[in-house]
Order: sequence, then C-alpha cells, then structure tokens
Amino acid sequence: MSATLLHAEYPVESEDYTRAGEASADIKRKLKQLGVPASVLRRVSVASYEVELNLVIHSDGGVLTLEVTPEAVRLISADRGPGIPDLDLAMREGWSTASETARSLGFGAGMGLPNMKRNADDFSITSEVGKGTTIDMGFRLA
Amino acid sequence: MTIADMVRVLHARVLCGQERIDTPVYTACCSDLMSDVLAFVNEKTVLITGLTNPHVLRTADMLDLKCLVFARGKVPGEEILEQADEQGLVVISTKATAFTACGLLYEAGLRGVPIEWPESEDSQ
Ligand SMILES: Nc1ncnc2c1ncn2[C@@H]1O[C@H](COP(=O)(O)OP(=O)(O)OP(=O)(O)O)[C@@H](O)[C@H]1O
Ligand SMILES: [Mg+2]
Repeated sequence: MSATLLHAEYPVESEDYTRAGEASADIKRKLKQLGVPASVLRRVSVASYEVELNLVIHSDGGVLTLEVTPEAVRLISADRGPGIPDLDLAMREGWSTASETARSLGFGAGMGLPNMKRNADDFSITSEVGKGTTIDMGFRLA
Repeated sequence: MTIADMVRVLHARVLCGQERIDTPVYTACCSDLMSDVLAFVNEKTVLITGLTNPHVLRTADMLDLKCLVFARGKVPGEEILEQADEQGLVVISTKATAFTACGLLYEAGLRGVPIEWPESEDSQ
C-alpha cells in the first residue's frame, strides 16, 4: 500500500460522441502535471482513449477511474452493460461490432482492446452479459 | 524532411501552424481508422487521413503528433483548426488522394513507421 497522489472519476455517457475523448485529455493533462515520464504518459493516453471510446461506442455508460500512486498509474473502466458475450473474440484484432455511426467517425477497427493490452503493464478484463464490463489497467512508474 | 518540404511535394495549403512548418518529420502513417493510428504511430509521425472530425484531433493529441495532412482537398471547420492550433499541430491540405500523397512523400524519401515483418510467430 502506498499514498494516493491522485484520484479522479469520469462518468462517460453512451453515444456521447461530442464529449468522447475529454476524459482522456484531462487524464493526460493531470499526469503531465504530476511529471509522469513521456513514455508512460503515451501508453496511458492511448489505453485511456481506447477504453473511453469503447464506453461511448459499446456500453450503456460507465465510469473511468484514474488512480496514481508513486509506483503506478491505474485506469479502471466499469460500465453498466450490456457486457461482452465472448471475451476471446472481443480481444482479437479486427473483431468489431461498432455501429455505422462509430465507423463513420474512424472507429471500429477492432484494435482497441488489443491496443490497451499491449500498452498496459497489467491488463485484466471481466464481463458479464446483462451486468457490464470492467477493465483494469496498470502502468508501472517505479 | 521538414513539414515545409512536405508542403512543397504535395502542393499543399497550410491551414494552421505556418510558424511551425520547419519542424522535422521522420515517418508517416496513412489511415482513417483511429485505432490503427493509436497502434502504430509515435509523436514524430505525420498522419495522412481523409477524416476531418474532432476525433482525429483528439487522437493526434493523445500521441502528441506534430502534423496532419488532409487528402483530397479536405478542409475542416474553423473550430477544428482553432483546436489544432492550440494543440500545436500543423495542418495541411492537399488535392492529392491519400494514395498519391503517400506515393509522393515516399518518393521524396519519407518512410512508414517501422514494422516487424513476420519471421517468427512469437508476437502473440
Ligand atoms: N465496454 C464494452 N461493452 C460492451 N462491449 C464492448 C465493450 N468494449 C468492447 N466491446 C466489444 O468488443 C469489441 C472489440 O473492442 P475493440 O475496442 O477491440 O474494437 P472496436 O471498439 O470495435 O474498434 P476500435 O477500438 O478499433 O475502434 C467491440 O466491437 C464490442 O463488441
Ligand atoms: Mg474500441
């Protein structure tokens, strides 16, 4: 256990494409102020943007939580549904159920979850259909 | 190569960031898929795209990109250009299609983001 340097929660609404990405921009700004090294900042930013956009595109809404300790940056996305029926399929590069709206904006490559996994030092995803999806990512600082 | 060189090669119009066009560029990536960009690109990369929506800027912001090239003469709205300027981006627009823009830049010496060719199958 160690001291929390920063804790912030960002509610993210379903299909709110106008504000999509604002939480990640704020997270990036806060981490930069804290002096998080550029290489870590970049990985957190990519993962955070991907997970935030998934909340907008695929979920019924949820919360993105940022937690920083001297040892690590942690990002947790927890949503209220609809859940992912097949996690193996969802994690595969290229698999996407994104809507036409999302695709027309440049999303739906089916690369978001693989991108998160690649960028985070620790990555875990749990999902239950009808309940929701939780993604927990850690990025080591020390 | 600098952004100014790209402007010349692409007969492009500078839409914002004129004062930063001497910034060097090292690699380029052409995509309309934001996750592809987030997967392959670093801050020294130029993004060539046909999309001019705010998400392109947000993606560029996450990666600290320095330059965006809009192909096929696309020009985004004023608001988007203001945001781009705030982010310190140089935004240029070329009449060339994305394919032609890439070809011209490649011919002029610009290269893509390094990729790992599939020698061994241990990437996954
Ligand atoms: N929070 C979520 N709730 C429900 N389904 C999700 C959620 N996140 C991802 N998914 C499902 O997993 C699939 C793969 O997600 P991933 O982020 O890898 O790709 P994508 O969002 O479809 O496209 P991209 O991220 O490349 O724009 C999605 O198409 C969707 O079916
Ligand atoms: Mg996604």
